[in-house]
Amino acid sequence: MSATDDTHDPNRRDFLYIATGMAGVVGAAAVAWPFIDQMRPDASTLALSTVEVDVSSLTPGMSLTVKWRGKPVFVRNRTPEEVKAAQDVKLEELKDPLARNANLPADATAADIDRSAGKDKENWLVMVGVCTHLGCIPLGQQGEYGGWFCPCHGSVYDTAGRIRHGPAPENMAVPVFSFISDTKIRIG
Amino acid sequence: MMHEGHSTYTPKTGIGRWVDARMPLPRLVYNSFIAYPVPRNLNYFWAFGGILSVMLVAQILTGIVLAMHYTDDTGLAFDSVEKIMRDVNHGWLLRYLHSNGASFFFVAVYIHIFRGLYYGSYKAPRELLWILGCIIYLLMMATGFMGYVLPWGQMSFWGATVITGFFTAIPLVGDWIQQLLLGGFAVDNPTLNRFFALHYLLPFMIAGVVVLHVWALHVTGQNNPTGIEVKSKTDTVPFTPYATIKDAMGMVVFLLVYAYFVFYLPNYLGHPDNYTIANPLKTPAHIVPEWYFLPFYAILRAITFNIGPINSKLGGVLAMFGAIAVLFVVPWLDTSKVRSAVYRPWYKLFFWLFAADAILLGWLGSRPAEGSYVLMAQLATLFYFAFFLIVMPVLGLIETPRRLPNSITEAVLEKNKGSGSGHPAGATAAPETKG
Amino acid sequence: MKKILVSLAAACLVLAGAAAVIAQEQEPAKTEGHSEANPTHFPIKEPKEMSWSFAGPFGTYDKAQLQRGFQVYKEVCSACHSMHMVAFRTLEDLGYNEAQIKSLAAEYTIHDGPNDDGDMFDRPGKPSDYFPSPFPNEQAAAAGNGGAAPPDMSLLAKARGIERGFPQFIFDIFTQYAESGPDYIHSLLTGYDEQPPAGMVIPEGTHYNPYFNAGVSLKMPKPLSDDQVTYSDGSPQTVEQYSRDVSAFLMWAAEPHMEDRKKTGFRVVIFMLLFGGLMYLTKRKVWADVAH
Repeated sequence: MSATDDTHDPNRRDFLYIATGMAGVVGAAAVAWPFIDQMRPDASTLALSTVEVDVSSLTPGMSLTVKWRGKPVFVRNRTPEEVKAAQDVKLEELKDPLARNANLPADATAADIDRSAGKDKENWLVMVGVCTHLGCIPLGQQGEYGGWFCPCHGSVYDTAGRIRHGPAPENMAVPVFSFISDTKIRIG
Repeated sequence: MMHEGHSTYTPKTGIGRWVDARMPLPRLVYNSFIAYPVPRNLNYFWAFGGILSVMLVAQILTGIVLAMHYTDDTGLAFDSVEKIMRDVNHGWLLRYLHSNGASFFFVAVYIHIFRGLYYGSYKAPRELLWILGCIIYLLMMATGFMGYVLPWGQMSFWGATVITGFFTAIPLVGDWIQQLLLGGFAVDNPTLNRFFALHYLLPFMIAGVVVLHVWALHVTGQNNPTGIEVKSKTDTVPFTPYATIKDAMGMVVFLLVYAYFVFYLPNYLGHPDNYTIANPLKTPAHIVPEWYFLPFYAILRAITFNIGPINSKLGGVLAMFGAIAVLFVVPWLDTSKVRSAVYRPWYKLFFWLFAADAILLGWLGSRPAEGSYVLMAQLATLFYFAFFLIVMPVLGLIETPRRLPNSITEAVLEKNKGSGSGHPAGATAAPETKG
Repeated sequence: MKKILVSLAAACLVLAGAAAVIAQEQEPAKTEGHSEANPTHFPIKEPKEMSWSFAGPFGTYDKAQLQRGFQVYKEVCSACHSMHMVAFRTLEDLGYNEAQIKSLAAEYTIHDGPNDDGDMFDRPGKPSDYFPSPFPNEQAAAAGNGGAAPPDMSLLAKARGIERGFPQFIFDIFTQYAESGPDYIHSLLTGYDEQPPAGMVIPEGTHYNPYFNAGVSLKMPKPLSDDQVTYSDGSPQTVEQYSRDVSAFLMWAAEPHMEDRKKTGFRVVIFMLLFGGLMYLTKRKVWADVAH
């Protein structure tokens, strides 16, 4: 700035530059948002995020798999022996002591009752059928605990879908669900 | 970029020097967009180069995100576009930005081209710069046309049918070429697939030619309203901050108009028929291309008569392509020694007549080809070609230009004296003393 | 700059002169070639311009009107016209709550499947479903309606519109006229009562309507009559009112995000004006001591 230039107040000039620059930054940020926002699930995807399942045909020992949010959800009517086997496991034997049940507080323990559909519905197990290791789908009623076995990397789950050994870190997740009647479950 | 004169870039930090010794990208940017000297008298019409770069980037960005949701299948394309409009978060905004962006890209390019024609920016030594610009324009037309096909509405389908039909006018191999373009006997799924692939590819080719265009520009330097070459340092100012801020100002105004259309009149420049899904068995009553093709469409339809062995169909197609091809040879058609229309009273008159003629052709292109519209279109087409092939060469030989100032600086000072704005003469040296 | 503007004005004058010449030439052509009973340009009459709540920069949909329009669609139009791009869940925009939408959706039967036995089955609609079509396919729709398939209504309000012509299309930029679709639909629905001029030939099985954009008459008979739909809010039960309401509803169906668009637009324009002002001041400062 030359000394002879006394017609302009440098402070006012600096302020103007900063204000214009800031406005430009705000504008650019506002423009960026729609480009990011469009990546989120769209309205039609969100509308499909609940499914209702009729489980009237499931006798003990039978399972069905429904697609929910693009992933398989296992709905199993467990036999009394399976429930008993799961209940007999002590918590300290478990690799992951938490229930991982979206219907319960995050610190609920992995006792069988908190993995199942709750009191009087202990025979029902509803969980996202995705191995918590790297996303493969475990095979049912296999492995040394008679629960699930993931063929990809050898994770073994028990009859309550709890990880017993293998590389998976967590029990299989229980999604938000509820019985809207005795024979109908709404997932999501 | 590669303009002559040694670089004044001196990296201040150690990292700066380390990078400069290995890959002097910061130096390139500094030389091209900061220290690069531009004529001091550029008016706002010179902002359109920058505006066009912004529009190209904006079209590529909105296009990429739209491609994340679009499906290029004749059974799904129309519905997938509507899904973008209804369900995708901000999808309506991105889609309207892209469809109106194409129109405003053409608004900007037409102003840019007419700027060049007015100030003689195509004349030596800028012939290659001009030709590269013509290539960009051609690529833009191809991109715009193929993009319009993608929503798979009635105008998409019938526009594609008519435009690929041009090629059947070529004797002997015409039908073969048309089938090659379509991948079938009519516009159908293979056509849609390849148009989508090419619509995605061409903008990057445009970006490549833009790099060459800017390179050529930085070799010759900008033309300016006087058309007189830069003679001394007082004729120029550094690109930053002078040109950057002026370009930015022009950009904001341009984007404001663009936003007005996107938010308040998003379908004004489109056609209602394109909101009806393509039906290969039913032609709309009145097919019109997008507005930016209308002048050429008018020229196509103006040839309703056979010219010797050339039938009217081939004649129309040749006239239409000729109307674009003639732009490539403009640097050699203009025989004038003086660049700018400012000092060419007769050229100026004809330039504005040509601009009016182009707008008239555009309007005629939107009219049905009947009655007096046909005759009007024929006269307007005649003038279009006469401007390039007769007026440009002849005027340069017979016109007496006005007296040219000796330099840009002289022209600026003369103008400011005339308009009475009291800048001290000493201030003309000011740009040299600042960074 | 001044000179450029003067020249531009001159160019516009030339253009306007040329347009005037053409217009004059066109006028006699119109009256000679085509008699009133034998028109060649459609529609015969321009649509009437109505005042819509959603017009202009601050336009919003009138929810009560959309609900009435939806009722007209549901009880009359939907017998023949599909609207397959509109999902029940979006009826939230009309002011319905989740429970109302659920029961509305359940009134419809959705053809779904296959189930685990490989059979297709019918089930009640869910909010995530789309309006089911009255005909299984376009051929069936055409066969059931005298050879002309009733158009899908999802986008009808944007797919119809009458060319505005010079110089009206220039004024439209400043008045933000974008209601050509609903104006057209409203005029068509209320235009059935007009009588054809003497001597006009109306093809068998079609119905004269001077507002139809593709001929003197159309296959669709007059769809609405007074008191056909019972409104619960006391609005007049006339063809005029039904037509307005259903046109507004179809505009919403075609452009559900319009309110959002105009609101965002207002913010963008205000921001750009402020930013432009700052930019202008900055530009003036930067160039203050350089003559140019």
